[in-house]
Amino acid sequence: MEERRYPEGQGPSQEEMRRSNLEIVTGVTCPFCGCLCDDLEVVIEGGRITNVKNGCAYSLAKYLNYQRERLLKPMVREGEELVAVSLEEAVERAAQILVDSIYPVLYGWSSTSSEAQRLGIELAEEVRGAIDNTSSVCHGPTVEALQELGHPGCTLGQVRNRADLIIYWGSNPLQSHLRHMSRYTIGAVGRWRRGREDRTLIVVDVRKTYTARVADYFIQVEPNKDFELLTALRMALMYEEIEQERVAGVPVEAIEEVAEILRGCEFGALFYGLGLTMSSGKNRNIDAAISLVRDLNRWTKFVMIPMRGHFNVAGANIVFLWQTGYPFAVDFSHGYPRYNPGVTSVIDILSRRESDASLIVASDPVANFPRRAVESLLENPLIVIDPHRTATAERADVVIPSALVGIECKGTAYRMDGVPLKMKKVVDPPPGCLSDEEILHRILEEVRRLRGE
Amino acid sequence: MELLIRNAVVYDPINGIDGERMDILVRDGKIVDSINEMQAKVIDASGMIAMPGGVDIHSHIAGPKVNKGRELRPEDHLRYAERGGRVRRSGVGYSIPTTFMTGYWYARMGYTTVMEPATAPLETRHTHEELNDTPILDKACFPLVGSNWFIMEYLRRGDLEKCATYVAWLLRAVKGYAMKLVAPGSVETWGWGRGLMGIDEVIPHFEITPRDIIRGLCRANNLLNLPSPIHIHCNALGAPGNFRVTLETMRCVEDLSRGDRPSIHIVHIQFNAYAGSDWASLSSGATRLARYVNRHSHVTADLGQVIFTDTTTMTADGPWQYRLHNLSGNKWINHDVEAETGGGIVPYHYRRRNYVNAIQWTIGLEFALQVKDPWKICLTTDHPNGGPFIEYPRVMAWLLSRRARLASMRRLNKTARRRSILESLEREYSLYELAIVTRASPARILGLREKGHLGIGADADISLYRIDPSEVDPSRDFRAVRRSLRRAAYTIKEGEIVVKEGEVVGVTEGRTFWVEAEVPEGVSKEVLSDLKERFEDYYTIRLENYPIEEGYLRRPSVRRTRPEAWVV
Ligand code: SF4
Ligand SMILES: [Zn+2]
Repeated sequence: MEERRYPEGQGPSQEEMRRSNLEIVTGVTCPFCGCLCDDLEVVIEGGRITNVKNGCAYSLAKYLNYQRERLLKPMVREGEELVAVSLEEAVERAAQILVDSIYPVLYGWSSTSSEAQRLGIELAEEVRGAIDNTSSVCHGPTVEALQELGHPGCTLGQVRNRADLIIYWGSNPLQSHLRHMSRYTIGAVGRWRRGREDRTLIVVDVRKTYTARVADYFIQVEPNKDFELLTALRMALMYEEIEQERVAGVPVEAIEEVAEILRGCEFGALFYGLGLTMSSGKNRNIDAAISLVRDLNRWTKFVMIPMRGHFNVAGANIVFLWQTGYPFAVDFSHGYPRYNPGVTSVIDILSRRESDASLIVASDPVANFPRRAVESLLENPLIVIDPHRTATAERADVVIPSALVGIECKGTAYRMDGVPLKMKKVVDPPPGCLSDEEILHRILEEVRRLRGE
Repeated sequence: MELLIRNAVVYDPINGIDGERMDILVRDGKIVDSINEMQAKVIDASGMIAMPGGVDIHSHIAGPKVNKGRELRPEDHLRYAERGGRVRRSGVGYSIPTTFMTGYWYARMGYTTVMEPATAPLETRHTHEELNDTPILDKACFPLVGSNWFIMEYLRRGDLEKCATYVAWLLRAVKGYAMKLVAPGSVETWGWGRGLMGIDEVIPHFEITPRDIIRGLCRANNLLNLPSPIHIHCNALGAPGNFRVTLETMRCVEDLSRGDRPSIHIVHIQFNAYAGSDWASLSSGATRLARYVNRHSHVTADLGQVIFTDTTTMTADGPWQYRLHNLSGNKWINHDVEAETGGGIVPYHYRRRNYVNAIQWTIGLEFALQVKDPWKICLTTDHPNGGPFIEYPRVMAWLLSRRARLASMRRLNKTARRRSILESLEREYSLYELAIVTRASPARILGLREKGHLGIGADADISLYRIDPSEVDPSRDFRAVRRSLRRAAYTIKEGEIVVKEGEVVGVTEGRTFWVEAEVPEGVSKEVLSDLKERFEDYYTIRLENYPIEEGYLRRPSVRRTRPEAWVV
């Protein structure tokens, strides 16, 4: 077997792949979760991926099953039916819908490249629509709390090299981010930490998750009582007297003990997930978590990092920010970026039935949005760009199949801590399938042509 | 395309032209000595002054830190928003504008080249993404090297050759232009929640001092013959009494001067020119620093002038930003980057009536007025740290006009006013000197030979302002001059008209400069093998994924350098 490293992130050329039947591409970045592990080795036989080394079970499943449930042909709706058309025709239809609409919404963006995100925003500005990404429904509260208080964070390597205390709060990486603990935290070997033996693990969750089972301290918080617990921890840190015997279902002695551990560590890192951002209280919870971590910096070094889900949801926030000043829920109806979550978020726009067309990229709102929003989405022309057959694609008026970022086309993605990584192309996309970037580029051109620019 | 600019009063200090009425000829993006006048587009510049396009040596405009600032401060974006147009994208922001706005606003002021002076190498892919989206301007970024593990380890072993070779590798890997040191060593210790004050404290685990890093990288810079000197944000930034650290920093490389080119550039010196022992006794160290700069040729500095406004502070100096957060009670972002650097962001409002802020304001100007040779300094506010770049015309007015200074001092904190010597400084910059500190000097310090002047062969980056020196006296009519400087009558970038009467009328794609420094092959191999051995112990990404391919830059422009002699 030939093992070859490709310089500066290039994959094997088609020519090379044909010559030898077997190829291994190293240093591949996994396009699945926010860990963005960049050490995968993808085995390709005869132009097909047959194995993936270093990846976790999710990654393996993604690479081995990516060809299932694919959309292969551009389609447009004729009555009840979606019928196959040429790409040009689909692009034209999509552009026409956007040009005809007064207030389109453009949604998704977290599972595609930053290059595509850039063009999505340009398109939204061009058609004066509203653009939003999935963080609006998962880590929106994180952003709002950050705008209030700030956010003491770092890259994952700081944690790996230095942290002797790790907290997962409302996050269960052993089921959601499988390599997080081994690559970056508890199990990882760092410059000043030998691995598990040198680190303490605290898990806070409403139930005893897999991650909780391997923790040194598991704190079971009553559902929706995270805020109370965080507040009690802050009080304990300041040596304030806590009157009750239990807070959020946790004995006060335990809270005080944990406060001591937090204060006494050399470098602590708090990772928080949807369990904290989505439980009731939302940004109040994150406010309290940020305040706790900020307070802790009086005694020691303490940081926090959100556990981002989709592989490039962090990138969506980042690209939105540099182009519009805001991380999600950006409205261009006045010709410049406006931001008012709860008003300019796509779910809210849909729920108020204000939009009159939608473009969905790499997301499946029909399966995930509240009923009212879905109804409104389906009442109006709907364009879907996605590699896969989704519930949303089934109901669309225009469907344009795309290539998978990180497998069939390249691009940039941002890890949960903001580290940018290059996504590689390791195999060819299905014939005729272009990248989101290229499709959006063509739609944008077509929109401009139709508008006579 | 050909362009004929007629009858402008030209200030071009590199070519010694001081307010002469003349024509400027442009062809294919360059200044030339003849064109076909029949075909050329003609701009009648009577009543206007012409200068080379502005060059900003230090302005935080792009990358992870700036973008986190945007995230932190939606309230900043409400201050200013702008619709898109036929050629323009829309945008928002005042102290941390979106990338498009950044390009347009600089161009409106007649600036055409801007340096992003601090990028964490690991995250520089992000910086380039933003620079790609920053229109019109030519730009470059400076990777942060002051707390880099490889560098500190090479220097501890006294291996200057490898240190320099690593720097060359890093510049190539991340497509950087110059070395930036931020509070050397201190940012590494901030990884443990601590900081260093002076330059002689030992950095735990690395067993060297900031002094070793400064000297080492200065020597590496000389060895590689890089176009620009090391840029240093000195230790103890923001602390009363820190002017001594700045003096020590300049002194410690006195013996490393390289002829007529500076060997060290002190960034935003105002923030490092504080005398006194605490906030109450804070006073200006500007005179002493200016005296040193006047007597030495190896050092240059930019101002970091403070402006009274609400802005956003952001530096790689994590411990300082944490201190500022505690001092101000304002919200705080921290972001440390593995094996390299860190950073923090804190919003801040500079107030006239506040003693400390008032003293800071006087310090920048005192320094600018007391350094005799304007070729040693550059106008900056350390955007957005001292204030947003769009307020530069206010700083220009203060330099050009004592009346403008006195007008601002009228409402200044009384104690600060009494303690400052600013009122007694009568010097006023000429337009020629203004052109030096905003064009010629930064271009020269950066080693950008085709920038900052209007000689034959220079890039045709030109700004025209509606100021008629025969009628307008900047000292007296500073308000009118300030207005004109805010909105160029024309800005021309590589021969294209991009701004007319303060409005963006053409959007071009700027270049991104980076440096490819030649190093001997043997030592290069050794450094690569060190990297292979240790990189993945230090970092959470693979070595092969660290370098940024040149194609990633929308319009790259490489500058190749070679050592004069590889003698260590
Ligand atoms: S942890 Fe996430 S990024 Fe890493 S291999 Fe698994 S799915 Fe991919
Ligand atoms: Zn700076």
